[in-house]
Amino acid sequence: MPGADKEADLTERIEAFLADLKRGGCGTGPIRGSGETARETTALLRKVTAQARWSSAGDLMEIIRKEGRRMTAAQPSETTVGNMVLRVLKIIREEYARSRGSSEETDQQESLHKLQHFVHLKANVIEAINELLTELDGTTDNIAMQALEHIHSNEVIMTVGRSRTVEAFLKDAARKRKFHVIVAECAPFCQGHEMATNLSKASIETTVIADAAIFAVMSRVNKVIIGTQTVLANGGLRAVNGTHTVALAARHHSTPLIVCAPMFKLSPQFPNEEDTFHKFVSPHEVLPFTEGEILSKVNVHCPVFDYVPPELITLFISNIGGNAPSYIYRLMSELYHPEDHDL
Amino acid sequence: SSILHIAAVVVSGTSVVVYMYTWCLSSSIHISAVVVSMFSTIICGFLFLLVVKRLPEHVQVDDPAVVKRLAKKLERQQIPLRSDYGYKVSLFSHLHQYSRKAPLTQQLSIPSTVIHPSIVRLGLQYSQGIVAGSNARSVALLHAFKQVIRDYTTPPNEELSRDLVNKLKPYISFLNQCRPLSASMGNAIKYIKKEISNIPSQCKEEEAKTKLLTCIDRYIEEKIVLAAKAISKYAIEKISDGDVILVYGCSSLVNNILCEAFEKSRKFRVIVVDSRPRLEGREALRRLVQRGISCTYVLISALSYILPEVSKVFLGAHALLANGYVMSRVGTSQIALVARTFNVPVLVCCETYKFCEKVQTDSFVSNELDDPDDLMVTRKGKTQLENWQDVSSLGLLNLVYDVTPPDFVDLVITDLGMIPCTSVPVVLRVKNLDQ
Repeated sequence: MPGADKEADLTERIEAFLADLKRGGCGTGPIRGSGETARETTALLRKVTAQARWSSAGDLMEIIRKEGRRMTAAQPSETTVGNMVLRVLKIIREEYARSRGSSEETDQQESLHKLQHFVHLKANVIEAINELLTELDGTTDNIAMQALEHIHSNEVIMTVGRSRTVEAFLKDAARKRKFHVIVAECAPFCQGHEMATNLSKASIETTVIADAAIFAVMSRVNKVIIGTQTVLANGGLRAVNGTHTVALAARHHSTPLIVCAPMFKLSPQFPNEEDTFHKFVSPHEVLPFTEGEILSKVNVHCPVFDYVPPELITLFISNIGGNAPSYIYRLMSELYHPEDHDL
Repeated sequence: SSILHIAAVVVSGTSVVVYMYTWCLSSSIHISAVVVSMFSTIICGFLFLLVVKRLPEHVQVDDPAVVKRLAKKLERQQIPLRSDYGYKVSLFSHLHQYSRKAPLTQQLSIPSTVIHPSIVRLGLQYSQGIVAGSNARSVALLHAFKQVIRDYTTPPNEELSRDLVNKLKPYISFLNQCRPLSASMGNAIKYIKKEISNIPSQCKEEEAKTKLLTCIDRYIEEKIVLAAKAISKYAIEKISDGDVILVYGCSSLVNNILCEAFEKSRKFRVIVVDSRPRLEGREALRRLVQRGISCTYVLISALSYILPEVSKVFLGAHALLANGYVMSRVGTSQIALVARTFNVPVLVCCETYKFCEKVQTDSFVSNELDDPDDLMVTRKGKTQLENWQDVSSLGLLNLVYDVTPPDFVDLVITDLGMIPCTSVPVVLRVKNLDQ
């Protein structure tokens, strides 16, 4: 039966996606970048909308929520998955409100469970999700287009680790301007090395420094441009470890700190307790097993993320333009509905 | 500096002549005014002589005249010149950058007739990093000099006090080529030269040699061994039960303090912070774990994660500069900065023989560049930066030292007591008066 085949196909794809997310929990980062994760999540949710059996908007939202809970449970630190689920839920609410022609909140909540305008709702929701996918495709380019407004000639720019967004940003500026980039290697995974090789291939003057030299060279740096894993609801960051040191050194030297983050990284979470904020990977990266005799007698930690408070950040550059950290709460209220914040 | 001397003398002389001439011409000019201006010009000339110190050659590598002068001096002393390695980042083009992988004997042809074998061995140990750490380097240097003095015989018609100093000069140039001298080594060399030149000429050779050997032993005993004991005594007062102490890298002094505190039954635990590419913290970790101290180990990028647990930070120093800045292993300033943000007290432990008269405000003007190839790392069988030399726009920077501003440091523990960072020039002045 074609229906059963399609369903089996969908569950298979979801299972494969969850397995990828779980596996991507090792230190070097997820198997795919966060942009691809966002796209994959949205595509899967579109398939779910198209194929699952639902009879009202409330049903659909319940199904999406269930799938969303499964996906976020697979890898809690990968917040883009949860963010996309919340975006889709917001889309469903909006499309429902539009089709009903009403804009009242209370009306919406009661009638979500009623069978109304079913067929048009499905088509509208799928079209809106397609628009979301197009938006996701263009985020890196939108951010890179703003590069020339922020980088002038003969600047020294510092960055930490590897971010595909920042790489595209700097490469775009390098087409017209000449500047120098200092990359902090970000031990123990040393993703800065890959960033430096990619940038130098685009003929940008690049220097790789060890993490320990960040404060020493900061006095010669004009701007710090970094990427992040998540933008939190208070405007703070959950970024790769070492970023907090860079932010403090930049503040000490009054150097502006610019964060290039697309909108799908904005998460409604606040920075909470230490034990739920941090993610740890195998300490083998820090103290390898070859140091045998002392291994059993010491505690070794290898955290992956750092919290950067919003006071240290000067500017957020996203696909919808530049914003101050104090404005993030507003952007968040436009992207997500407050009732959906807890999946 | 001979040129400067000549120039200053010429200037003073010319001004004297001019004033005499004007005085002769117009005797109506008040004599005292002329005399005063004459004296002030002469004094200015002398001040010019004294104040303008020559900049050391190893921080003027980008000046070809200085490089040529150095090459000529080394040729005179029959020491080979070591060539720089790899692409240097433009900000540091004024410093040397040597390779460590290629053994020194391949880079230099060491003339064994000119240089004493213990000095050759010492130079090789420095260049390979086998002897590292400012205390270890100074002690090794002094032991090597003791051997040199033992094997020394005064040539006929020469005085020991002058000839021995001249004998030591090429050795010091050679060691400088192997690895730039540290501030502690510089102070030790100054002391030895002073002791040698103070030997009276009627002293017999054997007597002079024993005197010098005892001087060196006393210097090591006083300035390094006993100083460490005094610093431990002061520092242990600052360690209380239940403390969580953060240390960075491998400082022999700080490890000493922690081991002594543990023996005096203080209950504390230690967090060792380490950084690539040297990974010296692992050595400190081994030493502390051997004594039975409970330790935690992290890399410097995890500093913001671990600092909320820490109650005190103990740092070692390579040198304390006269404007209160602390010169230490690269990364120390970062630790002090983040500790200050989390309101954790930072204590620097340093012996007084490491205090130096230099002043520096950033980590660029005077630093050491280590082998850039050390930054390469192989992960999962792949080395990202393998062919970095082939890519023209890619540079690797491996700094060795950085300077920490005094506002990040809460206390400096020395053998003279516990002082704030700003009291360093006071200590230097007191030491100079003593000598």
